[in-house]
Amino acid sequence: MRYALLVLGGPYSHQAAHSALRFAHAAIARGHRVDTVFFYHDGVYNASHFAAPPQDEPHLVDAWCDLQRTHGTTLQVCVAAALRRGLLDAREAERHGKSGVSLEPPFELTGLGQLLDIGQTHERLITFAP
Amino acid sequence: MSEITEAPHGDLLVMLRHAPHGGLWLREALDLALVGAAFGQSVSLLLMGDGVWALLREQGPGPLGQKGSQSTFEMLEMYDIERLYVDADSLETRGLTPDDLLLPVIEVSAPELSTVLAGHRQIFNF
Repeated sequence: MRYALLVLGGPYSHQAAHSALRFAHAAIARGHRVDTVFFYHDGVYNASHFAAPPQDEPHLVDAWCDLQRTHGTTLQVCVAAALRRGLLDAREAERHGKSGVSLEPPFELTGLGQLLDIGQTHERLITFAP
Repeated sequence: MSEITEAPHGDLLVMLRHAPHGGLWLREALDLALVGAAFGQSVSLLLMGDGVWALLREQGPGPLGQKGSQSTFEMLEMYDIERLYVDADSLETRGLTPDDLLLPVIEVSAPELSTVLAGHRQIFNF
């Protein structure tokens, strides 16, 4: 089965992101594919390059990047939701005159149309919300 | 006579379950609905729980510095989003009737909810 996940919850504040990651690993372990994760609403904070949790806690941002590296899962972030929450890639940072870059590859900024597209191109789209 | 039939109702159903103003749930859910409509999909909204407050008449942007949702709801028709389903129990529990709402809605009873959900190809729950 080709899965896509929609994550609407921020890391640490809610269980949603953690559950989504666990689901992704469980699905892959059973031979399924998790081709795309889309981050929307407060879920965009999962892409925050500056997240620095205590060392004895799971590092969710790194865990998403690992998922991409190991299994090729695409990590897409809604650009409108990200910009209003301070998550900018190099291009957007320059466009808005900001000196830092808070969102880096493998996370990619994309539009909401992509979310609708994902719903049609994957066999299942599962939402993880707080 | 109920307006809810077994026939397909549309491509995309966006469920609104949060009250306006307290967060971005409503705004970002409506954004998705508008994008769907702009992409030529047939879009319906379903307001449930505290989501029914979103359609209450005479809501201004107010003192919270948010844009408010009334202007977006008034745009729905322009985007051909004309099916607004409202969970009848949620309305009644909050002492509201369809007359209190900004736009005409289709009331849905609890047994009819599953028919509405099954009638859409894709569902997003906010």
